[in-house]
Amino acid sequence: MPSLPLFLSQLFNGLATGLLLSLISAGLTIIYGTLGVLNLAHGALFMVGAYAGFMALQWTGSFVIAIFGGMIGSLLVGLVMERVIVRFYYQRPPEDQILVTFGIGIVITELVRLSFGGISKPVPIPSWGEGITRMGFLFYPNYRIEMMVFVAIALLALYLLLYRTRLGMIVRAGIEDSLMVNMLGINVYRIFLLVFGIGAMTAGFAGIVTSPILAVTPDMGEVFLVQSFVVIVIGGVGSFPGAIIGGIIAGEIVSLTSMFSPAYSQVMLFAVMAVLLAVRPQGLFGIEGRE
Amino acid sequence: MNNDDDQKNPKNGIDRRDFLKLSAGVAGGMMLSGGVSQLAQAADYPAIGNYPVGIKGSSVFMGIAVPRTGPYSAQGEDEIKGYLLAIDHINKGSSLARAYSPNSHKGVMGKKIEYGIADNQTKPNVAVQAISKFISEHKAMMITGSVSSAVAIAAGKLCDRERTIYLPAISGSNATTGKDCQRYSFRACHFAYTSAKALAPVIKNALGAGKKVAYLTPDYTYGHSVYNSMKQFTEAQGWSTVNNQLPPLGTSDFSTYLLNIANSGADVLVNICFGRDAVISTKQAKQFGLLDKMTLVMPYMAPFFEEEVGADLLQGVYGTTEFWWTLAEKNPMAKEFVADFEKKNGRKPGWSAHIAFLQTMLWARAVESAHTFHPPTVVAEYEKGNKITTDIGDVSWRAADHQLERPVFVIRGKKPSAMRNKADFYDVVEAVPGADVMPPIELFGCKLGSAT
Repeated sequence: MPSLPLFLSQLFNGLATGLLLSLISAGLTIIYGTLGVLNLAHGALFMVGAYAGFMALQWTGSFVIAIFGGMIGSLLVGLVMERVIVRFYYQRPPEDQILVTFGIGIVITELVRLSFGGISKPVPIPSWGEGITRMGFLFYPNYRIEMMVFVAIALLALYLLLYRTRLGMIVRAGIEDSLMVNMLGINVYRIFLLVFGIGAMTAGFAGIVTSPILAVTPDMGEVFLVQSFVVIVIGGVGSFPGAIIGGIIAGEIVSLTSMFSPAYSQVMLFAVMAVLLAVRPQGLFGIEGRE
Repeated sequence: MNNDDDQKNPKNGIDRRDFLKLSAGVAGGMMLSGGVSQLAQAADYPAIGNYPVGIKGSSVFMGIAVPRTGPYSAQGEDEIKGYLLAIDHINKGSSLARAYSPNSHKGVMGKKIEYGIADNQTKPNVAVQAISKFISEHKAMMITGSVSSAVAIAAGKLCDRERTIYLPAISGSNATTGKDCQRYSFRACHFAYTSAKALAPVIKNALGAGKKVAYLTPDYTYGHSVYNSMKQFTEAQGWSTVNNQLPPLGTSDFSTYLLNIANSGADVLVNICFGRDAVISTKQAKQFGLLDKMTLVMPYMAPFFEEEVGADLLQGVYGTTEFWWTLAEKNPMAKEFVADFEKKNGRKPGWSAHIAFLQTMLWARAVESAHTFHPPTVVAEYEKGNKITTDIGDVSWRAADHQLERPVFVIRGKKPSAMRNKADFYDVVEAVPGADVMPPIELFGCKLGSAT
């Protein structure tokens, strides 16, 4: 049996990785909830954030500017993607949407590979993130703790945007019934562009803040894309609270399972998803019958 | 005709060279020589694999399947550059190509090498599909490329069935020339056993006695192999194994594994991860403070690891490699290889490029020496085990398991202040001769099948 300190360490680690998954999944789920498009280029947008941030870091040397650089980079790519391609697919069947976003993801990934090569780009931990914090039995890298704070702030900002602003009200109404919102005289398509941009920016933010602990490579987003699908299935497709809770649950599953058997941690994640789909197909926070 | 050439060569070297200066004569001679030797071959050997359909034209096809995406893609891309350089040298009949293969002129047996490149995605099933296509559609006479041993083993099995030569590039598992050895496969790189045997005494001298070791082991044949070999040789010298973590290939967050290691009381961390996994896991180990209390050892050092983690983290880290560019300072063949690679690609070659280059050269040599592409005869030529001069010194193939007996280079990360230029990351601490580190043949259970 693992010792209590190890168990608590892993519990804390699960929360840290889970929050990150929550943020990535939140971006994915608000795009799906509002636009009805499952954006398979979300992983590529995550990666674009990392590269844009890397470039900003090269130019300025400031990690704070790099974070904004990453967000803006993904935002721009997301907006162009929505205007040029994705918006023509809103009325098309879901399989078309999946194929086109999947294709866009591949194109973006390969373009980055062409320009930057396959060897990973260094994004060092900022000086204020170095070192380790000891909390009794538990020790944890400072940067990961700070990353939790960043991610929590970003989630809070998203929450406020969705639940405390007029825009958020329209978006949530759009999730329930976009036809009705349209009939009320609101330009749904402009809202769609905005939502797509916000979703992309979320991915970009996650991409650059995780860069110091990952290797920045063209296909770094793939793993997160797959995991964030599991998260939104667990949490309920299109549900913002579902993405957050689902992310934390997924993080804990992986972290706690790997205490006993690392090899089964990913398997366990999918097993939980399968069980949940059988018992509660709409996910924890999903609403039955919603598209 | 080719036979005649070879007999004349040593005696009438100067005459022949004069003859070569007459360009018109060369063109005519080459065409004639190609045409006649083809007839001779077709008459001499029965059809097998893609022989003789694969050599009907004026070119011969080589299928390259490497990972271009996923955690080993940087090494895969570097292999491609090594293959292209070798093909270029062989097709031109350069002096470097003839240094490896003295019988070579232009091309292999006068045939230009043509090639196809496929992305094996580090997945055995994808590799098998791509290679099947090379063999059935392009009539490939040689298949090559690998970074993962799981892929190399699957590819070896397929090519053996198809009676087509397969040359893994990177493959660190003991199984590749052990229990999964194949009559048609030949591995030229160092691997788990030879690395561990070369490295263990060096790290014992450097780090001291009675160390407690924790392992980070990628959970597939390569990882298990290196873990077993390192455990064997370090425990034999009095070190103990306290923890082994098994992340799957392609892990991006190693925190759970690292927390387990942090609580293990180890003072040496042996990181067996390769490619991008090695980079991420090492960076994260640093962030978790593991490298402050444990010495890092990388028994099977991945190409570009140094560049990606940086000199600060690398200093004092021990590992083994197949090739390191500073070998060019001592060996003229290595010098030419490194210089030409750098001219074409604007950087130093990784060992991934080197092993690709070396395998292609050794294949050209085997075919030229066999005087035929007939696969069983080429296999028999490899199995003669002749001494071959290469840019890493003299090497020879071991007939019983098709492993190249070759030196293993033990390297150590330099202090940033001691680096002479931005690529000067390692000291080559020791070049351990192949004969000292080869496993006994029966150890890994290799049983070669029939060649026909």
